Amino acid sequence: MDAPTQQEASSSAIEIGEITRVLAKQKGCGTSSGSGSGWAGCGSQANRGDLPAETWEKVKNHPCYSEEAHHHYARMHVAVAPACNIKCNYCNRKYDCANESRPGVVSERLTPEQAAKKVAAVASTIPQMTVLGIAGPGDPLANPEKTFKTFELVREAAPDLKLCLSTNGLALPDYVDTITKFNVDHVTITINMIDPVIGAKICPWIFYKHKRYAGIQAAKILTDRQLQGLEMLTARGILCKINSVMIPGINDRHLLEVNKAVKRRGAFLHNIMPLISSPEHGTVFGLNGQRGPTARELKALQDGCEGEMRMMRHCRQCRADAVGLLGEDRRAEFTTEKLMDIDVKYDVESRKVYQAKIEEERAAKSTAERADLTKRADSVSDIKLLVAVATKGAGLINEHFGHAKEFQVYELSSDGAKFVGHRRIDPYCQGGYAEEGSLATVIEAVSDCHAVFIAKIGSRPRTELIKAGVEPVDEYAHEPIDTSTVAWFEAYLDRVSSGAIEHEERGDAAIRPRPLTSAA
Amino acid sequence: MPFKIIASQCTGCSACEPECPNVAIAEKAGTFVIDPKKCTECIGHFDEPQCVAVCPVDNTCVIDTSLARYREPARAEDRT
Ligand code: SF4
Ligand code: SF4
Ligand code: SF4
Repeated sequence: MDAPTQQEASSSAIEIGEITRVLAKQKGCGTSSGSGSGWAGCGSQANRGDLPAETWEKVKNHPCYSEEAHHHYARMHVAVAPACNIKCNYCNRKYDCANESRPGVVSERLTPEQAAKKVAAVASTIPQMTVLGIAGPGDPLANPEKTFKTFELVREAAPDLKLCLSTNGLALPDYVDTITKFNVDHVTITINMIDPVIGAKICPWIFYKHKRYAGIQAAKILTDRQLQGLEMLTARGILCKINSVMIPGINDRHLLEVNKAVKRRGAFLHNIMPLISSPEHGTVFGLNGQRGPTARELKALQDGCEGEMRMMRHCRQCRADAVGLLGEDRRAEFTTEKLMDIDVKYDVESRKVYQAKIEEERAAKSTAERADLTKRADSVSDIKLLVAVATKGAGLINEHFGHAKEFQVYELSSDGAKFVGHRRIDPYCQGGYAEEGSLATVIEAVSDCHAVFIAKIGSRPRTELIKAGVEPVDEYAHEPIDTSTVAWFEAYLDRVSSGAIEHEERGDAAIRPRPLTSAA
Repeated sequence: MPFKIIASQCTGCSACEPECPNVAIAEKAGTFVIDPKKCTECIGHFDEPQCVAVCPVDNTCVIDTSLARYREPARAEDRT
């Protein structure tokens, strides 16, 4: 890879080194043992994990970059650019991209003008909307005119929104200057490999400089361009997140190398997502039976990368036209038809006031947590276990077992409660009628957890959960997730040390991680 | 002989449109069509017909293969 090596010798490398050093220095926070990001409570840096202050400023109200922020802020994607310049085996462009944070079918493709109008209308209706992303379907930089035209119009219509962009990186080095010019805050690059031999198994061809390249040659060009683009962006101070799709047997181990390579080049966050491959998506992987990772495999890889850099665990792999808070898609309210008649009045000031209130609430909450965490700094045990939480957001245990569309999974240990992922399920109780089959599926989805925290649970699911070895916990209804789970964990440790119960490891969950596509 | 797009196969992704050096490709009711009067098979511009090379769906941008230029498979992937 000659391009990156040359770059390292240039002045930009100094800045990258600086960022890396700052990141390294900020790792580990007060009471805990330098365990890095994701911990629910981390001293004064409670919600910022290991990010330097200036990075935190940029991401604190970005729902996709912080698990905590996604309870407060909303984002929106507009689908303006369906073209793509590479072919991925996990994508069927007939139905848009099944991976890379943009699964499902995009129902509407907008012109840049329609997109800008939609953005302004949504942002004036949802004041917590802070981010506008262009993430395909396809590659936004394969369609640069539409992408940048949209950014330009949105800048005029809604000047306080942050802009972000997702790309496969092939065309990235050519557009770094344009990206800088439009003041794009964050760029996500999908990087699945740095070894062209592996790359050839993931991307059969690319279209580059008016030619189609295939196999290892194509993958070599792709990886060189991606890493070069990443270096150029971080050298200009633009935050870069890396998305990787975990494909068991192809790049699963290799992603540890990818993680090191992207961290070295200044990426600030790594999001490793599970491959989604059902035959009905019609992707190459789906059709040839390539399986996706299990929940445990995914977590093990994310844990393996954690020492290297901040990992993202709360990605819901949303659609390219998602609107609203993560997990609560409101796009149906904002169809083009409805929008074009609305006369939008965009009021930056009232949005600012609303968002300032959100910040106040967040600050109050994190002070309360901090006091609480110092108390239990001395309980030490080797036991680590997973628990599932039914929540509607705001960091509270506030969802009924039968209504939960997903469970958030936390790992509990002496260091506290750490968010490690989520399990999407179909609500067991739809319209008040509990369905037999789906109860079994819901229980399987959390079968690797020791407990499920819910606001409320019926007697039948309670019995079934206990039979499956999972403890239903409802005494912390409507209380904060982090303090409640830790309090339960301490009681659990007491029960173990007093001999009342015996700690047992649990197996893998009988569920394949799923994206947020069901809402139709 | 010009290229044509098989409408039933086209996903309407628009990847081909900006690549055509002769602006021969345009959208029509959700899919894309080639204006036969404008298409030059990219001869004189590029080694490969651009619409064929960029299209994600195989055999969607097609031409009469009796032409000398297409007796050999046009795609790198077919040769490997
Ligand atoms: S880059 Fe994205 S849109 Fe393009 S083929 Fe790959 S997965 Fe699909
Ligand atoms: S072959 Fe070339 S000139 Fe003809 S339509 Fe395709 S891209 Fe345009
Ligand atoms: S590239 Fe192929 S699929 Fe896409 S619009 Fe053109 S002909 Fe249709």
